[in-house]
Amino acid sequence: MSLLRKLSPGRGSVIAVPYLWLTLFFLVPFLIVLKISFAEQDIAIPPFTALTEYADGYLNVKLNLSNFLYIFTDEFYFDTYLSSLKVALFTTIGCLLLGYPIAYAIARTDPARRNVLLMLVMLPFWTSFLLRVYAWMGILNETGLINSFLMSTGLIDEPLHLFHTDFSLYIVMLYAYLPFMILPLYSNLVKLDLRLLEAAADLGARPMKAFFTITLPLSKNGIIAGSMLVFIPAVGEFVIPELVGSSETLMIGKVLWNEFFDNNNWPMASAVAAVMALILIVPTALFHRFETRELEGKNHA
Amino acid sequence: MKDAVASAQLPAKEAGQQAYLKIAGVVKKFGDHTAVDHVDLEIHQHEIFALLGSSGCGKSTLLRMLAGMETPTAGKILLDGQDITRLAPYNRPINMMFQSYALFPHMSVEQNIAFGLKQDGLPKDEISARVSEMLELVQMKKYATRKPYQLSGGQQQRVALARSLAKRPKLLLLDEPLGALDKKLRQQTQLELVNTLEKVGVTCIMVTHDQEEAMTMATRIGIMSEGQLLQVGTPSQIYDYPNCRFTAEFIGETNLFGGAVAVDEADRVEIDAPELGGRISIGHGITGPKGMEVWASVRPEDIRVDIRPVEPGPNRARGKVREIAYLGSYSVYHVQLGSGKVVKAMVPANRWYEAGETEPTWDDEVWISWRDDMPVVLTA
Repeated sequence: MSLLRKLSPGRGSVIAVPYLWLTLFFLVPFLIVLKISFAEQDIAIPPFTALTEYADGYLNVKLNLSNFLYIFTDEFYFDTYLSSLKVALFTTIGCLLLGYPIAYAIARTDPARRNVLLMLVMLPFWTSFLLRVYAWMGILNETGLINSFLMSTGLIDEPLHLFHTDFSLYIVMLYAYLPFMILPLYSNLVKLDLRLLEAAADLGARPMKAFFTITLPLSKNGIIAGSMLVFIPAVGEFVIPELVGSSETLMIGKVLWNEFFDNNNWPMASAVAAVMALILIVPTALFHRFETRELEGKNHA
Repeated sequence: MKDAVASAQLPAKEAGQQAYLKIAGVVKKFGDHTAVDHVDLEIHQHEIFALLGSSGCGKSTLLRMLAGMETPTAGKILLDGQDITRLAPYNRPINMMFQSYALFPHMSVEQNIAFGLKQDGLPKDEISARVSEMLELVQMKKYATRKPYQLSGGQQQRVALARSLAKRPKLLLLDEPLGALDKKLRQQTQLELVNTLEKVGVTCIMVTHDQEEAMTMATRIGIMSEGQLLQVGTPSQIYDYPNCRFTAEFIGETNLFGGAVAVDEADRVEIDAPELGGRISIGHGITGPKGMEVWASVRPEDIRVDIRPVEPGPNRARGKVREIAYLGSYSVYHVQLGSGKVVKAMVPANRWYEAGETEPTWDDEVWISWRDDMPVVLTA
């Protein structure tokens, strides 16, 4: 069933705005990237060949599949995608475990203090993202805050190797993405009807049990929204792994950067980007379809 | 003093019945505000008891203390001999049907009903047997797999009832059980609900602000105002023998005349009522000295309206018709007396026709009167 067909022209045009936006700034650029990914590297401006050639009444379409073949055959790319997904997954799980209690606590405080706490969650955004990442360098590196504190107390003799490790990577990833988990979770949890918890207690459920049988399942949409907001950008994250991560941690964002700026290989970079988009879009779209079907089921009742 | 008048007229309490639920001196304070103020109440087994009062009177707070969702500041609650005052809600043999039901939106009808049973760790087949018994009871078998949002208000109410009965609680609490339904459905559901409750035989306390609901459903009613339990009795006791002005005005409509006791005999009292412009004569004695300030409550249906002058005497006055509310089988006349007081009198529709008289209309002069066994004397 098409949603657009059911709408009146006025409402249709309201919906057309986001469609137009997505077409212009997502679909068209993506198709351009896809096109480049089938080209060949060339010493020209732009540095890739055209896909079509017209000569002697023949239209030749030349699709270069070697970039994709290379991605799918070279283990390096497979490992990189896997490693990116792993980092994004652990970051998402970490943000969820840390963000859920925070969002829950904010949603349960009295309304007057809620806004203050929400402000505190969003306050870091007022400072440049790069500055905040650099600040972590000052905290984590050999002469940083943590090490100098531990040295001065005499707990350790030589500095701990915290910086440029997976540890520092995850710490900063968690730090950077936590607000994106907290905000959607908060807006979901604050809507929870507290009488449902009273009803659960009344029917014999202890607070923990009530949390797992009522609160948690009802916050499913908040968990999904928060996880997507963290997971999707985390897969392609470039700055954090580059600045604070270990050099051995493969991230697809780094590979992209290398292909684009170091190797000047636009077609290869585009192929890497296209595959990454597909890896993210396909499961998201499938999930979205499932959700829509469930929602439509509700409306039919 | 307040009870002295009323209890003389009340039938003796049914003897020999042990209190099943005992609320003793319960107080609940929120900061400076006293929501529930020294409430004492005894409820018998299998009773359907209604706490009636306007919003903010403390009835819901009292109910929440019974459910364990609030802890009394002082006092005790005993259920079947067990002190439950400080028991957590999940440890009480009490279940509640919430206002607007609080059904779990992510669970089907079946799962909602099974929820409480699962918490008790009953075996699976027993849970499913009990669930289907409950579905049968509320006639919702067909809807077992539906989600709450797929049900109408009346159906949700029945699921909520089934869920709160599934654990066979010793005490069932109903918080405004029909408040979320529209008027027509409410009246039909009232009797259905009472039938179900009686079939199960559960002891039940309901909270409502709707006096009609309380009168229809409850075996006894407790009137609450400003945290205090003013009067407890059967619906007819409360209607016929209110013990204070609040109850008299809250249950049904009434006309109140303040005045001082002028004649105080063993079987007869007369009250000087300035608002009436004469005396009110009562056909029984009261406890209280001469000169004491009292109020006489006269129900509109006990007042007779005449278009011809009545003989002078007590319990009567002359006035002008100010308002006539035609309500089908009867009309309510608003008659303004010489003192300015407006008295409401209920006149049957066939009153004028049967007497061969013309119906009075606005600004007509009429005489109101009542028999001396009609007024109820109130001292508070």
